[in-house]
Amino acid sequence: MRQFLMVVAFTLLTVGLFAGYSNFGIPQIEPAQPPKQEKIDLGAMTMDKFIALGEKIFNGKGTCTLCHNNLGRAPMLGGTAGLVPKRLVDPRYKGEATNVEEYLIESFVKPSAFVVAGFGKKGTNDTVSPMPDVSAGSIRLNDAEIKAVVAYLQDSGGAEVTVKIPTDAPEQTEQTEGEPRAPFETPEQAIAELGCGACHKVATEEGEVGPDLTKIGGLRDKAYLRQAILDPNADITEGFEKDQMPPDYGAQMYAQELEMMVDYLAGLK
Amino acid sequence: MNLCRLKNLKGISTVLAVGILWLLAGDAFGAETASATGVTGGYGPAPDLKPSDYPQVAGVNSRVTIWIVAQLHLWFAAFVLAVPIFVFIIEAIGMRTRDKRYDDMAYEFIKVSITAYSLTAIMGGLLLFCLVLFYPDLFRYMSVIFKDSMFYYALLFFAESAVLYIYYYGWHWLQGGFRKWVHLTLGLLLNAVGTTLMLLANAWLTFMMSPAGVDPAGVFSGDAWAAIHNFLWNPINIHRFIANIAYGGSIVGAYAAFKFLTASGAQEKAHYDWMGYNANFIAICALLPLPFAGYYLAAEIYAYSQQMGITLMGGLFAWLFIIQAVLIGTLFLSANYYLWCGMGRSDGAKRYYKYIKYIAIVLIGAFLVWFTPHTLVLTNEELKALGGPYHKYLGPLGIMPAKNTAVNLMILFTALSFMFYRRANKVATVGWVKAGNAIQVALFTTGILNIFFLGVYHGYFTNTVYKVAASIPQVLTTLIVIVASVVIDSFMYRRSQEAGPLHWGRVPPRSQYALFLLAVSFTWLMGLMGYIRSGIRQHWHILDIMRDNSPDAFTPTLGYAANVVSLATILFMAMVIFVFWLSQVSGSKTLPDGYWKE
Ligand code: HEC
Ligand code: HEC
Ligand code: HEM
Repeated sequence: MRQFLMVVAFTLLTVGLFAGYSNFGIPQIEPAQPPKQEKIDLGAMTMDKFIALGEKIFNGKGTCTLCHNNLGRAPMLGGTAGLVPKRLVDPRYKGEATNVEEYLIESFVKPSAFVVAGFGKKGTNDTVSPMPDVSAGSIRLNDAEIKAVVAYLQDSGGAEVTVKIPTDAPEQTEQTEGEPRAPFETPEQAIAELGCGACHKVATEEGEVGPDLTKIGGLRDKAYLRQAILDPNADITEGFEKDQMPPDYGAQMYAQELEMMVDYLAGLK
Repeated sequence: MNLCRLKNLKGISTVLAVGILWLLAGDAFGAETASATGVTGGYGPAPDLKPSDYPQVAGVNSRVTIWIVAQLHLWFAAFVLAVPIFVFIIEAIGMRTRDKRYDDMAYEFIKVSITAYSLTAIMGGLLLFCLVLFYPDLFRYMSVIFKDSMFYYALLFFAESAVLYIYYYGWHWLQGGFRKWVHLTLGLLLNAVGTTLMLLANAWLTFMMSPAGVDPAGVFSGDAWAAIHNFLWNPINIHRFIANIAYGGSIVGAYAAFKFLTASGAQEKAHYDWMGYNANFIAICALLPLPFAGYYLAAEIYAYSQQMGITLMGGLFAWLFIIQAVLIGTLFLSANYYLWCGMGRSDGAKRYYKYIKYIAIVLIGAFLVWFTPHTLVLTNEELKALGGPYHKYLGPLGIMPAKNTAVNLMILFTALSFMFYRRANKVATVGWVKAGNAIQVALFTTGILNIFFLGVYHGYFTNTVYKVAASIPQVLTTLIVIVASVVIDSFMYRRSQEAGPLHWGRVPPRSQYALFLLAVSFTWLMGLMGYIRSGIRQHWHILDIMRDNSPDAFTPTLGYAANVVSLATILFMAMVIFVFWLSQVSGSKTLPDGYWKE
């Protein structure tokens, strides 16, 4: 029995040492949280914000810095935008781009169209890029996100920012289930479908939980209205409670619907 | 005897239950999904899950539960699949040498594994239950793709049980002449079935890391072989197969150590000492090629996806490899320590004592280099937490060639320990002893110099991005030195004299603790590597195909993982001790006075 207890004690001690070392012997790094699958509110986007979004994606969801860092795994991209004219006439270039924007997008989604010398997959003599297609796989940036990164690279590379903030196309994000919903045609339809009338007096609705919106255009400007929808808690209307209005309308509406709604509300005087 | 029968019945009924459950689950899910997605020929895309799709059981953390149950299943499975491999070899050795001790030892090994076998089945059933309970959508998706292989898995499980029971219970019946051959063939069959089982389960696992046979949306092409034969299947098969043998050896070694410590007579002690020695021998033999298989696996992961490769070797997990190095160092040191203690069995060993301290110094030095942190590549947030990508002082020792050099030296010196041990009790009689020794010394010296040169040259004077060019010639050097000197040794000691009788059982009890250390470290290491294997998928159930949107999708910190692994290890060890105890009581008979009618 004594032997038995000694063996048990020895086992516990060993396990305890390993666990102790792992907990206290090495630094505890909090791994980055999984990237959020959130909608971008393109309707409320300025070019500066768009570039900042691109930077955020570049460092975060895009995981670009995993490889594009100063450890020599992939080229630094600071000057890439400026190099594009040279790339386009390089005999090794196999793509179809004709300008900086197209080249950058192509290098994100078809990385092997041009492989920077010395960075190709081992044994392929720089014909195959180890970089993944960032519109697919685990990175899976959507069109808007890709454009934002392009804007960021153009801006940080000192080139002219030529990308347009996309507002026309319905956002396809991973979260949409099944078929994307058809956009609402009129502000009234949007108000009915989104249930604003449950709380507000607006259009033909008579809700009473929230402020009356029938004269709201006279009180608030467009920027305020946009914010009131995207981030209701940013400024609480006097006499009302926080956390009443759903905070996720930004995610439920397409960019052009938001603009339509803001225009409509601003017109109610 | 009574107890034995009961155990047997329980085993069979569990097997049945698990098998049926598996079949039902596979079929029912298959049918349901097929009818739901009828249009595309039965295969829909991988579902996009919401947090609410993951059933929550109050007070239960789904991920930790699955994690522990799967790990327990894996440990038992690794053990019961590995034991028949070396039981087969030992039985064959016994047949050839006609030394009955081998046959008895083989039988005892398989006896230990047979109780563990029912526990494997129970844990497997529990794992299936937990998967269906906590991750129904993932399991449903997987069982559409692997419908057939799951069916065959269940079938093979029956076959494995049947063969195992015949092999075990028929051991004494199938003795001598032709019958022994039949028995050995059964052993071969048992291994064939067991290995196939492992290959199938590995396919499911590796599919989640490197999915194949599906399009980017997860629509299955219907080609089951493509899904099974995915990119990482074979690298993991190889690493696991070898690791399992080493692991099985270490657990059996712990069994022998336990029996040794609790043995009463000198004869029993001698028997278990011998058994422990053999188990340790098996573990070391499998341990030596493991680092190579490991680096091959890592290289293949890198080749499959640069992103996954960097996640593996850089960032958060770079620190994991430092813990891994500590554990592997522990494995090597305890295996060597055991050999050194074992020299006490021989009266001729004194001649070699003086060398041991040098081996110990080299081993510890190599170990320290190995566990020097690699250059760390981190995500921005992790970088901030740590304050920079390079280790402050030890940068140059952290790179791959330095580690390769260290690993190769560690392996070489373990081989050297082993050669000393083998020689301990022998006196060579051939005329060329001096020359032979000189050749061996020369071999080792040039080998070590070459390994050093390759490591230093490639590590510090070439400018490749991944300085791994040295690894292949280094490995070749190591292998050549080991093989050549073992061959020379075996000729040199062909008709050697014994320095004196070997005193089996004449080892200090602390040597037995080296065997426990080996087993515990191995178990813990396996658990840790299970964490990294799953961890590098990050927030994906199936990499790039099916996202993990459960509340537990985040990658846990190393400390958290280490705590889960430790808890699981303790659970496993408790169960193993239970198994040992069971195999002890099943062999003892109590004769109650006056209970039975005369
Ligand atoms: C797994 C590593 C990896 C990741 C992640 C990665 N890249 Fe790359 N990238 C490379 C490598 C290697 C090259 C050089 C080979 C080539 O030209 O394709 C490269 C090339 C490029 C180029 C072309 C440079 C030139 O001079 O032509 C651009 C632009 C680029 N990456 C942008 C990105 C962006 C944006 C992201 C994140 C959304 C990203 N990369 C993520 C490895 C990576
Ligand atoms: C669940 C009830 C609820 C719903 C549904 C709701 N709101 Fe509101 N809303 C409120 C409340 C309460 C406030 C006042 C508190 C605040 O400012 O957040 C408010 C404030 C506002 C304001 C600012 C009014 C002011 O006086 O500044 C606007 C604009 C607005 N809502 C628009 C909308 C639109 C457009 C919708 C539909 C897309 C909508 N709300 C749906 C409850 C709701
Ligand atoms: C002596 C050296 C080594 C030992 C003793 C060892 C041991 C083990 C063990 C016991 C397992 C668990 C196997 C299983 O799950 O059945 C494992 C898995 C793993 N090892 Fe190693 N290993 C070694 C070297 C390496 C190296 C050098 C690497 C990579 C750099 C590596 C990478 C891995 C990975 C990624 C796994 C998880 C794969 C799986 O689940 O099977 N190993 N190792």
